[in-house]
Amino acid sequence: MLSKKQARAFFLGGTLVTFLVFIGLTIFSFSKENDQTNRENLSADVVRGKEIWESNNCMGCHTILGEGAYYAPELTKVIDRLNIRYDGNGEEVIKSILMSPAPWQPSGRKMVAYGMTEQEASDVVAFFNWIGKIDLNGFDRVISPLAKEKINK
Amino acid sequence: MKYKSQKVAYWFFALSMLLLVLQITYGFVMGFARIGFDNLHEFIPFNTARAVHTNLLVVWLLSGFMGAAYYIIPEEAQRELVSVKLAYVQLISLALVGVTAIVGFHFNIWEGRKFLEIPRPLDYLVVVNVLLFLGLILTTLFKGKRQTTTALVLSMGLLFAALLYLPGMLPFDSQVTDSFFRWWVVHLWVEGVWELIMGGILSFLLIKLTGVDREVIEKWLYVIVGLTFLSGVLGTGHHYYYIGVNKIWLIVGGIFSALEPLAFLAMALFAVNMYRKGEKKHPNKLALYWTLGAAIVSFVGAGLLGFAHTLPQTNIYTHGTLVTAMHGHLAFWGAYGMIVLAIISYSLPNMTGRKLYDSARGRMAFWLANIGMVGMTVAFGVAGVAQVYLERKFKMDFMLVQKEIAVHFVVLVLCATMFAVGITLYIIDFYKHGKPSDEALEIQE
Repeated sequence: MLSKKQARAFFLGGTLVTFLVFIGLTIFSFSKENDQTNRENLSADVVRGKEIWESNNCMGCHTILGEGAYYAPELTKVIDRLNIRYDGNGEEVIKSILMSPAPWQPSGRKMVAYGMTEQEASDVVAFFNWIGKIDLNGFDRVISPLAKEKINK
Repeated sequence: MKYKSQKVAYWFFALSMLLLVLQITYGFVMGFARIGFDNLHEFIPFNTARAVHTNLLVVWLLSGFMGAAYYIIPEEAQRELVSVKLAYVQLISLALVGVTAIVGFHFNIWEGRKFLEIPRPLDYLVVVNVLLFLGLILTTLFKGKRQTTTALVLSMGLLFAALLYLPGMLPFDSQVTDSFFRWWVVHLWVEGVWELIMGGILSFLLIKLTGVDREVIEKWLYVIVGLTFLSGVLGTGHHYYYIGVNKIWLIVGGIFSALEPLAFLAMALFAVNMYRKGEKKHPNKLALYWTLGAAIVSFVGAGLLGFAHTLPQTNIYTHGTLVTAMHGHLAFWGAYGMIVLAIISYSLPNMTGRKLYDSARGRMAFWLANIGMVGMTVAFGVAGVAQVYLERKFKMDFMLVQKEIAVHFVVLVLCATMFAVGITLYIIDFYKHGKPSDEALEIQE
C-alpha cells in the first residue's frame, strides 16, 4: 500500500519533471528555427496597433487568435473576410468603423464609438494584417473561408 | 474556533459575498445584452461588464481563499495569527485595489488582456498586498507548533499563485508571446496551483467533518495534487494549439490535458470515500453538502466538460466559441466557488457561536444555486454547439448566428435568476449567523 512518503515523492517528483519539460518546450517553441509567430514582421505600427487593441479592451467583446469574449466577431483574418464582402475594401471598412463618432450597430448589437484618428485606425489595421499572417496550425481554415480556398488550391 | 485571530476570516468572507453579488449583477447585464436588451450600453458596454464579471470572480475567490487561510492556518499551526492588525490592513487594501480596478473599467482604464485587465500600476499594489498576506500566513505557519500537510499544501498553493502572477506582468510586443505567457498565469492558476488551495481546504474540511485519520486524508491529498500537476502543467498546451506556436503543443497539450480530469475524478472519489469511511457524523450538514458538492461538481464542470473540448481535433472548431463559456462556468463554480462556500458554511457557526447547522433555507440555497448553475451551463452548451455548427461548419455570418442562438440566453437568464435566488438565500443565512465573537471560543465544535 502506498505510504504518505511515497505519495509526497510522487507529488514533488512529478511536479518537478513536468515543470522542467514545460520550460524546455517553451524554449523550443520560441527558438528561431521553430518560431512561427510572424516575429520578423513585427513593425512599429503593429506594436502601436496592439497597444490600442489592449488599451480599449477589444478582447472584452471580440476574439483574436480565438481568445477573448464571444460577443462580437473573431478578428483573425477579418481583413480577408471583409475584402470578400466589400470588393477588396476590407481595410477601409475597418478604418471607417474605428474612426466613426457614432456607435457601429451591425444587426442591432452596439459597438463602442471610439472615434479614432486616421493614424490610430491604420495602426489597428496593421495589427490585424500582422495577425492574419501568423501560422495558426490550421485554425485559419476554420475561421476564414478565404484561407480555406487558398489552402485547397 | 480555537483562536481569537481566526475571526478575521469572517470579514474576508463578507467581502467575498459582497463581490459575488456584484459579479452576478454584471453577469445579468451581459445576459440581457445577448438577448438584445443592451440599454446600459452607454454606461456599461459589454467589454466593461465582461471585465468586471471575470475580475470580480477572481477577487471574490481570492478573498475567500485568504479568509480560508486565516481560519485554517492558526488551527493547523496551533497558534494565533502573528498580527491581526496587519490582516485587517491587508483586507482593506485588497478591497480598495479591487474597487479601484472595477471603477476604472467603467472609464476605459484597463490592460485589455483577458482575465488580467487590472492596469499595471494596480498590479504592483496587488503584489504588495499578496506579499503581506503571504508574510502573515507563512510566519504563522512556521512559528506554529506543527506544520501539517494540509497547511503546507494550502500555503504552497497560495505562494505559487502569487509567484505565477508575475509572468502576466511581463511586457511583450507580440500578441502571440503575450498570450502564451498570459496562460502561465491563468491556466497554471486555475488548472494548477488553485487546485492545491482547493485540495488543502477540502482536506481540512474532510478531517473536521468525517473524523477520518489525518494521515490517510493527507496521503491522498498528495496523490491528488500530484496528479493535478502531472497533467495540468503540460496541459497548459491546450491553450497553445491555435495561437501561433509550434505544432508540438498539439501533441503535448492533447495528451496531458486529456489526463486532467483524473485529478478531479480522484478528488471526487476521495471526498465521497472519506465521507463513507468516516465514523464521525458532524452535525454541520450544510458544510458537508457544499464540501461533497464541490468535489463532485468540479469533476463534472472542470473534468468532464473540459475534456469535452480539449482534444485538438475538437478544439479547432470550439476554440473561441461559447463552448468555452459552458465549461468555464461550471468549472469555476464547482471547483472554486463551492469550496469557498463550503469553508464559509463550516467556519461561520464556529466563529459566531450560532450553530445554524441545518436549515431549509440553507438547503434551498444549495440546490437552487446548483440547479441554476447547471441550467446556465446547459444553455451555454446548446448555444455553443449551435454556434460551432452554424458558424464554423456551415460558414454562416457571426451576427446571423448570434441572432439564431439568442433564445438560449433567455433560458440562461432564467437559470441565472434561480442561481441568484440560491445565492441570496445563502447570504441571508450568512447574515443570520451574526458577527464573530470571542464567546465562540468556549463552544465545542
